[in-house]
Amino acid sequence: MRTGKRWIVQNRLDDVATALAPLPAGEPILDVDLGVELRLLQDIPFGHKFSLREIAAGEKVHKYGQVIGRATKPIRAGEHVHVHNLESLRGRGDLQRFADGVREGKA
Amino acid sequence: MQILGYRRRDGRVGVRNHVLVLPVSYEVNAIAEHITRAVPEAVTFRNQHGLNQSGADLVQTRRVYEGFATHPNVYAVLLLAWGNEPHDLKGLVEQARRAGKQAELIALETVGGVRGAVREGVRIVRRWTEERAAVERVEVPLSSVILGTECGGSDACSGISGNPTVGVVSDLLVEQGGTSILAETTELIGAEHLLADRAATPEVGQRILHIVRRVEENAMKMGVDIRGAQPSPGNMDGGITTIEEKSLGCIYKGGTTPIREVVEYAERPTEKGLVIMDTPGHDIEQITGMVAGGAQVVIFTTGRGTPTGSPIAPCIKVATNSFTFRNMRDNMDFNAGDIIDGQATVEQMGMRLFALMLEVLNGKQTKAERLGHREFGIYRVGQSL
Repeated sequence: MRTGKRWIVQNRLDDVATALAPLPAGEPILDVDLGVELRLLQDIPFGHKFSLREIAAGEKVHKYGQVIGRATKPIRAGEHVHVHNLESLRGRGDLQRFADGVREGKA
Repeated sequence: MQILGYRRRDGRVGVRNHVLVLPVSYEVNAIAEHITRAVPEAVTFRNQHGLNQSGADLVQTRRVYEGFATHPNVYAVLLLAWGNEPHDLKGLVEQARRAGKQAELIALETVGGVRGAVREGVRIVRRWTEERAAVERVEVPLSSVILGTECGGSDACSGISGNPTVGVVSDLLVEQGGTSILAETTELIGAEHLLADRAATPEVGQRILHIVRRVEENAMKMGVDIRGAQPSPGNMDGGITTIEEKSLGCIYKGGTTPIREVVEYAERPTEKGLVIMDTPGHDIEQITGMVAGGAQVVIFTTGRGTPTGSPIAPCIKVATNSFTFRNMRDNMDFNAGDIIDGQATVEQMGMRLFALMLEVLNGKQTKAERLGHREFGIYRVGQSL
């Protein structure tokens, strides 16, 4: 874990970093050790995430070195990652109901 | 390591010496309020339940009453009842007395109604608040402490600062032979495989996976996704996107030691070390369950600044970021935001929080105690009939 700067990557396997301050669009994000070099494409609110790399729609997204969900659309490096482009894979009764409907020929 | 606590007759150790007025159903809340208004040194809470319950749901509610009536932080307990509650109330008084408490039951119908109950209650409770001074703090081992850990109103900092700091405290307490409770089963979804890997036995590992599967299936049976409530709108404002992300930050509170046991809601752990209690994420129901299970102290991290406490256990409020610490300074005891600001490491903050916990165990009042935060809520597992 690296602290004491304006953003944090919690595990080397992570696809996202967390802003430790409000970060403006255009801010350069550099970390030689992690091989990260990008500019933020959007303002990132305090505590929110931005992508460290290009992520394809449907790809799993990692934080803490673990899966935190799936990209619902392509995400560019430096883009804000939140509910608009990342969804949970767990506790999804809505998907279950859809699947049940398909089986029963209702969907 | 030793602390100064109250040694009870059943061998358990208290860190407070409360006189508790326990309303066993909603019928008698007003009486409990009248009594504690007359004797403000005593504590009470509002109870929403206690009637029209059955089966496992009734058993669980009873377990909470037993946990509170026999709790080591309680010197004396006055059970207030209407008289028609579906509980063996005399048995509950006996249990409390066997645990070494002063205990009495006032049933409304035996004292002529409200006025009689208040008159009788004030007389008893006032006497206890005078008598309890005779019980003094003595040296007791830190290993007798059960810590309840909780995170509520999480933000993205919870998994970076607050929860890892509590994890250090949890590890230090376990190293001293004490017990730490990790709970909030909903907030283990997505992280349960990491916890199962840390189980002390294969059975404990299976049990962890079972309770998480159960809560996830229950949510899915409703035909909705849990995103409406987990993460909550406040969590999302704070930057948390999915339940997996929230859970992975949540489990830091349990530190790094093996998981010894999984207990039911409000059940007392039989093992020392790190244990998991199956509770909902609902803050008050969780804290009530852990305290009923014997936790004498609670550490509660919050990114959004929730103010809640418990009627009988000190609750240490830990802000995960400095904005919240400043914006909620009346309610926050500790600022883990120094980690976010680059002023301290998780290990340093963990040592400081451990030192604060020792002070609180030895008698220092928390903000929630001073402000009178005495929230209480029972996790219901059946419908009201």
